[in-house]
Amino acid sequence: MTHTQKRIFTSQVVMVLSTASAVVGIGFLFWILGVLIINGVDALTLTIFTTEGTPPGSGSGGLKHALVGQLMLVFYASMFGVPLGVLAGTYLSEYSQKSKIGEMIRDISDIMMSAPSIVIGAFVYAIVVAPMGHFSGWAGSIALTIIMLPIVLRTTDDMLQLVPSTLREAAFALGAPKYKVILQVVYRGAKAGILTGILLAVARVGGETAPLLFTSFNDNFLNMDMMQPVASLTVTMYNYATSPYEDWQKLGWAAAFILSMFILAINILGRLILLKKKVK
Amino acid sequence: MKNIIDTIFANATRAIAFGVLLLLAWIFTVLFEHSLESLQAFGFDFILEDKWAPNLEKFGALPAIYGSVVSTFLAMVLAVPVAMGIAIFLSEIAHAKLKTPVGISIELLAAIPSVIYGMWGLFYFVPIIRDVFGGVGISMLTAGIVLSIMILPFMAAVTRDAMNTTPDILKESAYALGATKWDVIKDVVIPYAKSGIIGSFILALGRAIGETMAVTFVMGNVHKISTNLTEPATSIPVALANEFAEADSDLYYSSLFELALILLVVSFVIISIAKFYFLRRKRVGQ
Repeated sequence: MTHTQKRIFTSQVVMVLSTASAVVGIGFLFWILGVLIINGVDALTLTIFTTEGTPPGSGSGGLKHALVGQLMLVFYASMFGVPLGVLAGTYLSEYSQKSKIGEMIRDISDIMMSAPSIVIGAFVYAIVVAPMGHFSGWAGSIALTIIMLPIVLRTTDDMLQLVPSTLREAAFALGAPKYKVILQVVYRGAKAGILTGILLAVARVGGETAPLLFTSFNDNFLNMDMMQPVASLTVTMYNYATSPYEDWQKLGWAAAFILSMFILAINILGRLILLKKKVK
Repeated sequence: MKNIIDTIFANATRAIAFGVLLLLAWIFTVLFEHSLESLQAFGFDFILEDKWAPNLEKFGALPAIYGSVVSTFLAMVLAVPVAMGIAIFLSEIAHAKLKTPVGISIELLAAIPSVIYGMWGLFYFVPIIRDVFGGVGISMLTAGIVLSIMILPFMAAVTRDAMNTTPDILKESAYALGATKWDVIKDVVIPYAKSGIIGSFILALGRAIGETMAVTFVMGNVHKISTNLTEPATSIPVALANEFAEADSDLYYSSLFELALILLVVSFVIISIAKFYFLRRKRVGQ
């Protein structure tokens, strides 16, 4: 074999290997997706949405408590996390500019974005659950808020910086005060990007389990009182899947399916919003 | 009047942004304060002691640390080559028509909550491990594999992004000189994107080490150091997830808080290395 042939041969071997690894990797991922869809659709019934948890073995339980709880937890987390994140991101992009402290806040939020979520759960346990003396929905929402905040902050920061400074200058030249420039010009220019960031942050906290395990805890029945433990789809899924009862496991798959579809839908919606913006 | 609103708005945003800094400091402080009792009781021995016996009020973190290190190492060993393969496939091999759908589905899979991976692992992977290697199937090995599959999409997506930063003109020049695809990948793309690729791997490592739900289902939470990978084990996040809600003494709580503190410090260091050494942020705009 000549040197050239050898090089071509090596190249082809590597191409085959990396294509194969791609096929194997993607195969695994579609296996998981397939399992999720088959088990999820199988377990999905209308009564799931209208019934609360029942003792195992009765076979008639539903997920209403977990669905409502999940929505409450994510809703309240967003109520805090979104405005705080957007305002903090506004400071970074519009006020701090290239200052050291601004860079530091960016770095810290980058780190917080990747910090283990279970540690956030432990922190919230210490500052909310322990003083209150019991688990509560609020504790869960606060944990999710802490996870959401840096994500919203960083995307807002990035998106606001994409707004051309000429737009700001034009508004300033018309005599608009800075807050008006930000609220009416900069935010409008970055609307799609910020919205996508918020959607992705909601999707991210919607799938969080670890920080809820010992903050909002769980409840097998519908509870709308945020001062008490609140069920979530993720923790319910964990508890049901690890239980030895077949009907509970089935409900666990239904919860997994509903949650994943919800999260995928939000992700796709976020992408579409950005895409539409780019096409314009 | 205008000025007042302006000042209020500016200061409100500033206060919240600074709040994020304080928040991280607060998290560290609270975890440290709650670890004090355990720190005083065990001192440095905490991380060297291999006995975790709540009923005897004896807590050693070594098995959990060992489990975290081994499971993460296994996950990385398995995921790195496959992620590399997917990234090469997506950035250099795949036809444009295949590139976008496959790339997007990988990104979407990275968004699937880790609890789903854990559940899949419990119902579909544990039996396979049980049949192939014997034992109960709930083991360090299972955890490592499930963890590797969970971080795979994230790792592949960021590695591909790093590789995609290579300017086409560099690759084209190499091809014009008669380079094969592999020559281009190993001598142009990888050297160019090296720090980005390594940074992505370290970032994935940071995620894997703090990942809870993907491994909690399949690891067993047994505080025992065993060189046999097919035996149940535990890791820091697994111990926290299993024991936090049921700890019944102050020292027990304090030891769990110390575990959380160790985990936070370790991932803080890993993520910092990835972010500041390998992935210096490129500023957008302006």
